[in-house]
Amino acid sequence: MEKVKCECGHVNPYGTYLCESCGKPLIEEDDSLVNMRYEGVARRSQTYKKTIVDKIWNFFSSVKVGIWIIVILLLASALGTIFPQEMYIPPGENPTIFYEQEYGTLGKLYYQLGFHNLYSSWWYMLLIAALGVSLVICSLDRVVPLHRALKTQRVTRHTKFLEKQRFFATSEEAIENAEEVMQKAEKALREKKYKIYNENGNLLAEKGRFSRWGPYVNHIGIIIFLIGAMLRFFPEMYIDEYIWVRDGQETVIKGTDGEYFLRNDQFIIELYDEEDERFREALERTGSPVVQTYQTSATLLRRVDNGAVGLGTELEEVKQHDIRVNDPLTFDGFSLYQVDYKLNELSEFTFTLEAVQDEVEEDLSEIEFTVNLYEPEMVYEFDNGFRIEIMQYFPNYRMNDGVPETINRIPDNPRIIFEVFTPEMDPETDTGEISLIGVQVNEPLNEQINGENQYRIRMIGVDMNNVTALTVRRDRTLPILAVGGAIFMIGLIQGSYWYHRRLWIQNRNGVLWVAGHANKNWHGLEKDFDYVASKSQIPVPVDQLDKDMSDETESRND
Amino acid sequence: MVQLSSNFLLVSFFMFLAATIFFTVSITGKKFENRQGQLKNKAGLLGYISSVVAVVAAITYFILRWIAAGHAPVSNMFEYTTFLGIAMALAFVIIYPIYKNNYIGLITMPIVMLIIVYASMFPTEVQPLIPALQSIWLEIHVITVALGQGILAIGFVGGLLYLLRVIDFKKVTKKVIGVEFILFTIFCVVGYILFSISFGAMNYEATFDYINERGNEANMVYNKPPLVGPNEGVLTSDTGFNPLVSTPAIIVSNDLNTVIWSILGGLLLYGLLLLLFRKPIGGAIQPLLKNVNPRSVDELSYRAIAIGFPVFTLGGLIFAMIWAQIAWTRFWGWDPKEVWALITFLFYAAYLHLRLSKGWHGERSAWLCVIGFALIMFNLIFVNLVIAGLHSYAL
Ligand code: HEM
Repeated sequence: MEKVKCECGHVNPYGTYLCESCGKPLIEEDDSLVNMRYEGVARRSQTYKKTIVDKIWNFFSSVKVGIWIIVILLLASALGTIFPQEMYIPPGENPTIFYEQEYGTLGKLYYQLGFHNLYSSWWYMLLIAALGVSLVICSLDRVVPLHRALKTQRVTRHTKFLEKQRFFATSEEAIENAEEVMQKAEKALREKKYKIYNENGNLLAEKGRFSRWGPYVNHIGIIIFLIGAMLRFFPEMYIDEYIWVRDGQETVIKGTDGEYFLRNDQFIIELYDEEDERFREALERTGSPVVQTYQTSATLLRRVDNGAVGLGTELEEVKQHDIRVNDPLTFDGFSLYQVDYKLNELSEFTFTLEAVQDEVEEDLSEIEFTVNLYEPEMVYEFDNGFRIEIMQYFPNYRMNDGVPETINRIPDNPRIIFEVFTPEMDPETDTGEISLIGVQVNEPLNEQINGENQYRIRMIGVDMNNVTALTVRRDRTLPILAVGGAIFMIGLIQGSYWYHRRLWIQNRNGVLWVAGHANKNWHGLEKDFDYVASKSQIPVPVDQLDKDMSDETESRND
Repeated sequence: MVQLSSNFLLVSFFMFLAATIFFTVSITGKKFENRQGQLKNKAGLLGYISSVVAVVAAITYFILRWIAAGHAPVSNMFEYTTFLGIAMALAFVIIYPIYKNNYIGLITMPIVMLIIVYASMFPTEVQPLIPALQSIWLEIHVITVALGQGILAIGFVGGLLYLLRVIDFKKVTKKVIGVEFILFTIFCVVGYILFSISFGAMNYEATFDYINERGNEANMVYNKPPLVGPNEGVLTSDTGFNPLVSTPAIIVSNDLNTVIWSILGGLLLYGLLLLLFRKPIGGAIQPLLKNVNPRSVDELSYRAIAIGFPVFTLGGLIFAMIWAQIAWTRFWGWDPKEVWALITFLFYAAYLHLRLSKGWHGERSAWLCVIGFALIMFNLIFVNLVIAGLHSYAL
């Protein structure tokens, strides 16, 4: 790979298209304008084409490939919205049948192709990874040589370089006061906040070079963001749990290793007032009440570690917060979000005992007891010698092949098997009257043994409770994502709201040569030229692209 | 207060109309050439002033309604769509002084009007906010997105202007069909509005009993004469008639019916104009645009997109993620609306790369601007109303 020496004496790396120093085109081209992309520098991808590494490098550094990756990603993403993703189908639906049943053959195909989980599919991940790789390589491929070229650029440029700029003009013949014009031009450019470089009476005015780094900064931002998103797959980084807390109760906050507890002081739902003038019309039209607030008044508790093991847990209050949608409780990197609720969950039953026939002589009037449905007491003893025991408790009862069982610990359908001992009985040896009790259920179970039951347990009260559901979330990738996002935005703004403009004004033996280049916003450059010309009589450059009004301008593909 | 704010919106609408007229005059009326060789007359300035007044009135509407409702008026289809129109006008007001291009005004103003009228076809009463929307991020996110989309829409106007200016309408080519299709789509929106207003004024209503997609009996109200009926529909109202065809249950037939009416309206308008001009509509407009400098509108449209892209990204992705993290516990959930915001972002990213690195200027760039705007509209209308996800405004 030979270096290329330009006539100005600068030695350029192999593959250079415009001399880094004076700008002379080193590779003769047709008459068209010079290609100013990346200042015509040699890039690795344009230079080395031999080894496998080169080939991979060249593949990913190509903007064409990059654009294809973006476009494929775009189309794939759109594909995923044709039918709902699996996580958005109604809860409890079985995806194997749901898609076909709901969307017919297409739905079935969608499911079979795995599009119901498209965004976590291996090939979608692969696309995102390819985007990341492409970003890294294409940026490296360009930023280093571009930086060098902009640093080593000389003020005096080759005439070929100047005349092949899009904005170009000469004064044709020598003018007398050329130096004076140059000075005035320089002054005007300084007013416009250009940075001026002088060399042998020639002038380079430059502004906004830093905007050239914008794309690279924003690409770095995206890369950091993607890395952050990838880290989510490490369990340490990401906790996503779910807790139910009943009104007035405490529960350990999952994911905190038993360190934190939450007490739900009260859960409430507020509806919009239908009389509210502002919303009356809308509420009338929809016809159903609209929720205004879901709120859990919560107290965060922390286990006090007093060094002694097994002394029971002592909790201290840390803080109180009304958790609402859009207003989570945050502590120690965790956030608790209001996500769901259950109103009127059964919490307590209150019972009395009564005689089936009126013949019993005992006074039963004082027998009244309450069973907590979350953690029931198993034995209830009364002053008159009666004793009632819970033999078995099914918070969420169902019969499974003739065997009673509970589905879970949530008292959605509680059934209790009671055993009643009269004062004469010995609970150790005798068998009392046994009955199964639930809401609207009261069945004697051992009447065959005892003949007819003498006593009946009667439910006289039901207490209910509200339950709130909170998501426990800790996401340690958030700071990384925030940094990535911020860098991305900075780079985007840097590259979009500032422009790199250069004006060359050269005094070649009294003949003024004027040329200009902008990486975008040529309109702004034109205005600057107009301004300078109005102050200093430099020749006003014409837009050489306007000369040939062919509207399609294809710059060279790289 | 709500009434007052609506009045300001009405004022703003008429000022947009005035601006349209002035910009038309500025192009067709007499003009003189100033020193810089730009074609000018007073009407352009008047048009600009009208559009500024219109934007001020529209912003007054926005603020008053905000005060009245207690939340920014960006929480349902009417409010959001209206604001998108305002944002587009605002973007125009900001960009106009840079390029002083009356043609951009000529196209932007009617589109803004169309968007605002389209918005008012949705229920306009002030609605209460559901808990998920009660956040300052609603304002921050939605306002930024709309501004970004408004600026990007100016890119579309530039692109459309470019195409109308440079395409050869003498032969019917794919390009001509493309441009005519864009115009036809706009006519369909006009058709939709005209039919909605007329049938609305008549209080037209036809009701059907039908069997819905779950196999249950349900009823459905049509606000336009039923050209297509619901699945196994039986007419239950006096007005209306039994339609020729009925749709499968999975299709929301009254919406489809509205779409058909809109297309009919568009065809009617397009056909009338075709009869009038006896050439493609684009070809009829083209002579008006002979003084447009294609390179200048090309640059303008690129500029609008370069300015709008960061704003859109900030609002539509970054603020959106921050809010989603707060409201829905995760910053990203592949909800259709989120995905379509991502698609819009990727699309404009591809546009920028094609333009910067592959030299896609001029015509190709203009087509991309049109597609980009179509994506934004798709996102607004189709994704909101049809693929509704978490973000659905339907209460
Ligand atoms: C979604 C992903 C991407 C985004 C959001 C993005 C964003 C940008 C933006 C905003 C610009 C500046 C464009 C302008 O100023 O008009 C840019 C430039 C550029 N991007 Fe990307 N980009 C992405 C992916 C890629 C990929 C995958 C490649 C690699 C092939 C790439 C290569 C480039 C190059 C070479 C430039 C021009 C730099 C220059 O001329 O100085 N980009 N990018």
